[in-house]
Amino acid sequence: MDRWRRITAQQRTLPDETVPVVLAQAGRHGPVVYAVSVAAQARGISEGARIVDVQAIHPDLHVEQADAPGDRKLLDRVAHWARRWCPWTVRDGADGIVMDVTGADHLFGGETAMLRDIGTRFQMQGLTARLAMAPTRGAAQMLARFGVGRVICDTEDLEMCLAPLPVAALRIGADTDRLLQRLGLKTLGALMQVPRVALMRRFDRLAEEINPLVLLDRALGRTADPLNAPADARHWLARVRLPEPVIDPLPHLEALAQDLCVQLAEAEQGARQLRLTIYRVDGEWRSRDVATASASRDPAHLLRLLAGKLDGIDPGFGFDLLTLEALRVEPLALQQDHLEGRRDAQRDVAALLDRLTARLGPDKITWSAWVQSHLPERVEHALPALGHVAGQAPVLDRARPLRLLDPPEEIAVLYAVPEGPPARFRWRRVAYLTRRHEGPERIAPEWWRDRPGTRLRDYYKVEVGDGRRFWIYREGILGDGRGGDPRWFMQGIFA
Amino acid sequence: MLPDSPFGQVISLSHKHLVQDVPRPGDAAAPGAAVLRDVLAGGPFDAAAAGFVLAALPDSAAPVLWVSDRMSRRENGRLYGPALAQFGLKGPILRVEVSHPRDVLWAMEEGAGCAGLAAVVGEIHGAPEVLSFTATKRLALRAETAQLPVWLIRSADHGALSAARERWRLSSLPSQMHPDNPQAPGLPQWEAELFRARGRAPGVWSAGYDRSARTAADRLRLVSRSGDGPLAEDHRAAADAAG
Repeated sequence: MDRWRRITAQQRTLPDETVPVVLAQAGRHGPVVYAVSVAAQARGISEGARIVDVQAIHPDLHVEQADAPGDRKLLDRVAHWARRWCPWTVRDGADGIVMDVTGADHLFGGETAMLRDIGTRFQMQGLTARLAMAPTRGAAQMLARFGVGRVICDTEDLEMCLAPLPVAALRIGADTDRLLQRLGLKTLGALMQVPRVALMRRFDRLAEEINPLVLLDRALGRTADPLNAPADARHWLARVRLPEPVIDPLPHLEALAQDLCVQLAEAEQGARQLRLTIYRVDGEWRSRDVATASASRDPAHLLRLLAGKLDGIDPGFGFDLLTLEALRVEPLALQQDHLEGRRDAQRDVAALLDRLTARLGPDKITWSAWVQSHLPERVEHALPALGHVAGQAPVLDRARPLRLLDPPEEIAVLYAVPEGPPARFRWRRVAYLTRRHEGPERIAPEWWRDRPGTRLRDYYKVEVGDGRRFWIYREGILGDGRGGDPRWFMQGIFA
Repeated sequence: MLPDSPFGQVISLSHKHLVQDVPRPGDAAAPGAAVLRDVLAGGPFDAAAAGFVLAALPDSAAPVLWVSDRMSRRENGRLYGPALAQFGLKGPILRVEVSHPRDVLWAMEEGAGCAGLAAVVGEIHGAPEVLSFTATKRLALRAETAQLPVWLIRSADHGALSAARERWRLSSLPSQMHPDNPQAPGLPQWEAELFRARGRAPGVWSAGYDRSARTAADRLRLVSRSGDGPLAEDHRAAADAAG
């Protein structure tokens, strides 16, 4: 909800505070409420209700589509950001973050101060957070979700804190929850009173994640429940520190590339994107990026790519630190060379693509991609060769010119004939006499794409006196009600 | 008449002197051989040179590197993908579209060292400074080292010095008869003049390509024009009138 508010606030389309807003998600029987705003919560709209029902009760409801994968991605990033407080943070379900702050709270001035700091920082990010701190992970999760306000609970009063919570706080699933409710065990306190043997006998078939006894033991710290935080993504970095500032990075590149490639080789990775950074003595830094078409850890190849990029780098008064980092890596197993010394054609082409792209820029080196269209200039468009593969060309039964003028150039008709192409025309200040022609091939405008009023085209292949063959077209026909006299254009040259 | 170069004799053929040396497929001088070749456009806005090069490209599913400078794209139009299938091209085209001829030459040199390509084709408009004899010599050596056919299409260039192993000049001829429609242009025909070559005699042919041919060697047809009655007579009449 907060994320949605921020996005719409950026677009300045945020509705009034009093309008209840809900985010909808596809449910089994039509859309259901995924998240509610403060105003909607005040009206008693709860998550999981069907949108049609809620709309019937509140006609002024504002419904928006929820973006669950986006939320999850944001939460992952927030979990990573939360490592500013402690090194172990994990995303918990779709809406929580668990942090193991053992031994980290004194850095922020104690538990209370730390919790206040966390709350403030989340508020500064525009996110609403419910916070709780407890000796065990399960207890903290339950207190944050079902507790009242911001709670800090100690080992001594753990049982007392948890006792008033409903059994649903254990997240044991709807079936077990209903069963416990039916047995009269509505709070955790009541559940704790029941002899363990009875609970064990009753729920011994349930899996660990939904077994109330196991979960209760974990929450009360009777069994260990360690936090397993994902490891940081490895940072591929090679650096060279220089005793004296220098101007030219070239002599140090080889050592850098080799160092990086050794690191990559140990992990069987290949670099797809590299960044060379120089740190100048005046405190500034400059960097250059290069990308490769396929994963590579060949120092010579990387060196050639980087060497072409050094021209524009400004060393200032010199620099004393150089780093080369691989921003993006891909798994790359060892490759066997051909026994007879033949070179691998595909690898060669990929290396060529890298070199061309590094020097000329990614949009200059292209493969053709194909679009289903009748208009000649729309059929083919260019995709950067780095990152795409060549598409299969369509097979046309119509004659098409070998060279296409884009945009088409207008020709002046010198001698028009009622049917067919002009007998004499002028193009690029030269007059041509039509000897033979073929056509017309009529190509209508694509109404689903073109502006209204676009005129149709009649294409002719004409052969002029000296044997050159051109592709010309007339735009529109006389009296089609879409402009004045039709005009003629030159669009292509046949081989 | 072309100026004589210190690197070799430049032969300019009169139209009366017609040569019957048609290269056989598989020859060292056959169109697929791995050397640098120049193709000069006979006239402005003539796609015959590009058509000739495409018809002569070897049969391969490997990509073809096609480098062009801005002026040649603006003057002659860009290469149009849907037409390429007519020339029997099997591999995709890797286009490099740069603005300066210097970058064209650099990209061609890079491509000429790459064994994964089927061929390298470059297009340069006019006769810029950078396209010097030395530059073409470098390209020629690269092509022979890497065993890759390299073609250089030079439009609006009237035969500046070049180290290419073969130099062609291509211009359009009136097309063949259309099988169904006498008013329509048929299969294209070009006048292919080999005006400088190493290891074979220069000559003038009437060239065309056969779309139904299975292999690249059969696709390009060079027909000696000596037997071409009406044209030969034309030239004779012109020569008589002149002499």
